[in-house]
Amino acid sequence: MKYEPVIGIEVHAQLKTDSKLFCGCSTGFAAAPNHHVCPVCLGLPGTLPVLNRKAIEYVVRTCIALECEVSPASRFARKNYYYPDLPKAYQISQYELPIGRNGKLTVRAGGKEKTIRIHRIHLEEDAGKLVHDASGGSCVDYNRTGIPLMEIVTEADVRSSEEAVAYLTSLRSILQYIGVCGANMEKGEMRCEPNISVRPVGAEEFGTKTEMKNLNSFRAVRLGVDFEIERQIDAIENGERIVQETRRWDEATQTTQTMRSKERAHDYRYFPDPDLVPVEVSASVLERIRAKAPELPEPRRVRFISQYGLPEYDAEVLTGTKAMADFFERAAAIHNDPKAVSNWIMTELMGCLNESGKTIDECLVTVEDFTALLGLMGKGVISARMGKDVFKDMFASGRPPAEIIKEKGLEQMNDEIAISEAVEKVIADNPGPAADFRAGKKQAAGFLVGQVMRLTGGKANPKIVGRIIEEKLLSE
Amino acid sequence: MKLTREEVREVAYLSRIEMTDEELDRMTGQLGAILDYADMLNELDIEGVEPTSHVIPMKNVMREDVVKESCGVEKALMNAPDRFGDFFRVPKVIDEGEGH
Repeated sequence: MKYEPVIGIEVHAQLKTDSKLFCGCSTGFAAAPNHHVCPVCLGLPGTLPVLNRKAIEYVVRTCIALECEVSPASRFARKNYYYPDLPKAYQISQYELPIGRNGKLTVRAGGKEKTIRIHRIHLEEDAGKLVHDASGGSCVDYNRTGIPLMEIVTEADVRSSEEAVAYLTSLRSILQYIGVCGANMEKGEMRCEPNISVRPVGAEEFGTKTEMKNLNSFRAVRLGVDFEIERQIDAIENGERIVQETRRWDEATQTTQTMRSKERAHDYRYFPDPDLVPVEVSASVLERIRAKAPELPEPRRVRFISQYGLPEYDAEVLTGTKAMADFFERAAAIHNDPKAVSNWIMTELMGCLNESGKTIDECLVTVEDFTALLGLMGKGVISARMGKDVFKDMFASGRPPAEIIKEKGLEQMNDEIAISEAVEKVIADNPGPAADFRAGKKQAAGFLVGQVMRLTGGKANPKIVGRIIEEKLLSE
Repeated sequence: MKLTREEVREVAYLSRIEMTDEELDRMTGQLGAILDYADMLNELDIEGVEPTSHVIPMKNVMREDVVKESCGVEKALMNAPDRFGDFFRVPKVIDEGEGH
């Protein structure tokens, strides 16, 4: 029998606010344990949470980008459960009235467009972090407690791991573009939990689903989802029953395993949080946020093709992240050859970034120095070959190209008299190839140009060398 | 509406409260009486009335996204029953997975 996977995806995105969702503690990443805590996020008695305005604005911005309806009124609820990562024994979340509903995101997977509907987007606070092996007991760090998380839930529209990865890639790009989330999966800024079930092709009814956790990269999502689909199909074919449970992706064995499952079903006993008053997003606030909405990746990709005449592939790669697209546009505004700018970004710049594991934000090369290098090559001050070496130095040191060229003496030799002298010497030293060329063997020119380049330490402008060799040998 | 002993046991479990059989019997009676009392509200016709989550008509109480000094790790841990370095220490818990 043929089976069809049915997948819904929950994403938790950490919002890029400076302070926590309900108190002024810092959201900074690398603090020592329990250094970013206060009575509010520690859940001490007698404290009151006060909502961070920016977090609401960020969720509304996301709702606009994902074409959600923004609820005019929404409110917070308590999700009750006992676990040491939760100092209040409840998490402030949203239940009946999330901020956003009924959105959609269109992605491209396998050469086809696919629209994934967004079920809801809501705001909640993160829990703390448990370290299990430090001391025999369990150790708790509450720095993360209260950091704003936005939960984005799709409808069960995803039908393959490829679509899942396409959705997450596109979502990450959008969250970065609108500046609400760093969206780095490895850093846990974006966490993804797919719900997976399978059913015979053509069936209406959903199969029993499992939820998967611990997918910390796009690669893990692809492998984990594929594994789980196969596992469920095998189980059904063997006459087993799929158990509704949470499974953990294990990177070491590349399999999913049952997480210590609870003997009883979750019962979170949600109820409205009396500490927090309702949030109303008025039409005017919505309009203000909409007016400030930045250009999204897809329209920008289309614009790159029409405005700069770039090939589809270039436009797709360059608009993959906002920072890269910004770098391109600033460079293209200075150096008026968009295709050359694109080529150098996609080969040299991205090559160096990949090799060093850095992001464009960490890159030491400024747009000004980058375009200066393109200008120097355009004017023939250095060859494209030399330009690549200069760029590697710029990338490593952050120094401007002119300084590197001067220091290393890399200027291209354009002096015709000096080149003529070198050509004459090479012809004199290599009578055989010179005679071949005179006799009409054009290939011999390559050898002679190479010799001149060697003689001049690679600095001679090869175009001029070629022309002079031809002039000298054919005019005789 | 009749509250059962099993329901009381379940609620106690969710709240991590251990109860003896005698306490369960007593709580089933007491909680049941409270629920029966509140049940009188079901006699009212509330068709078309929005549920009240707050008695004070306020909305949009928010703060700007400004970082304030935290209370300091020593103060944070001052009342902790146990600590390990800068961590709170709690009895070993089995991993049920973070982020419920």
